[in-house]
Amino acid sequence: MDNSFLPYYLLTSALLFSIGLALVVVKRNIIVVLMGIELMLNAVNVNLVAFSKNDPSLQGQIFSLFVIVVAACEAVIALAIVLKVYEHFKTVNLDEINELKK
Amino acid sequence: MIQFVFIAFMVLTLASALVVLLTKNVLYAAFSLLGTFLGVSALYVLAGADFLAVAQILVYVGGVLVLLIFGVMLTNQQGNKSRGRNDITTESSNRVLGVFVMLGFSATLLYTFGRARFLTIQDSLFEAVEPTSTTQTIGVELMTNYVLPFEVSGVLLMAVLIGAAYLSTKTKN
Repeated sequence: MDNSFLPYYLLTSALLFSIGLALVVVKRNIIVVLMGIELMLNAVNVNLVAFSKNDPSLQGQIFSLFVIVVAACEAVIALAIVLKVYEHFKTVNLDEINELKK
Repeated sequence: MIQFVFIAFMVLTLASALVVLLTKNVLYAAFSLLGTFLGVSALYVLAGADFLAVAQILVYVGGVLVLLIFGVMLTNQQGNKSRGRNDITTESSNRVLGVFVMLGFSATLLYTFGRARFLTIQDSLFEAVEPTSTTQTIGVELMTNYVLPFEVSGVLLMAVLIGAAYLSTKTKN
């Protein structure tokens, strides 16, 4: 099967990455910022998979498998830190969390 | 036929990502992320990556999304009534800057993708094959060529397990 959908994959991943970036810049809730980071990692994975189509050695797919593993680790640690931050500051608004020590 | 399926999943992915961006409710954003992850996994299937699609559903929908929803619920215990507003609705700042960055970034990416001839490059690299199951190849590759990253990711997962368990214990004052 030919790879004629490749430009559409690139379009999807470019828009997905931009939406993730906008989420990180605009939103003030830590959890929504994390969602934006997940969207950006997903966009990268879409690119890797689209380019590795028809590749018999599947390098891109294996790389994106490791990206998924690291993304899961990042989400777990980040949420643990978010819970700690909430316990300390009683808020998840990033604008109000502006000091390292209280 | 397959074009319509592809376009449908592409629209599902992008529309639910846009809902995440436009909604104010964190819980709605988390539920809408489900559509994005499912759409991306369907795009993986259409690119012939069946194992990765299943891994995407297992890890993202089954793990990360549940974790995010738990995070939303655990950080809204009292609803923050003392300050008269609820953290379930997120505020946004830098809206103009955010939209500017988003549009500029996507314009740059789309311009690059439009100018580069990725399709011809990719077609000349690999000859077209019928998509088959990738599970066996991925398993063999993980145990031969990629055994070091595989083991390192095992160690990383262990460290994350210990770190998350340590971080989420209550501090005693």
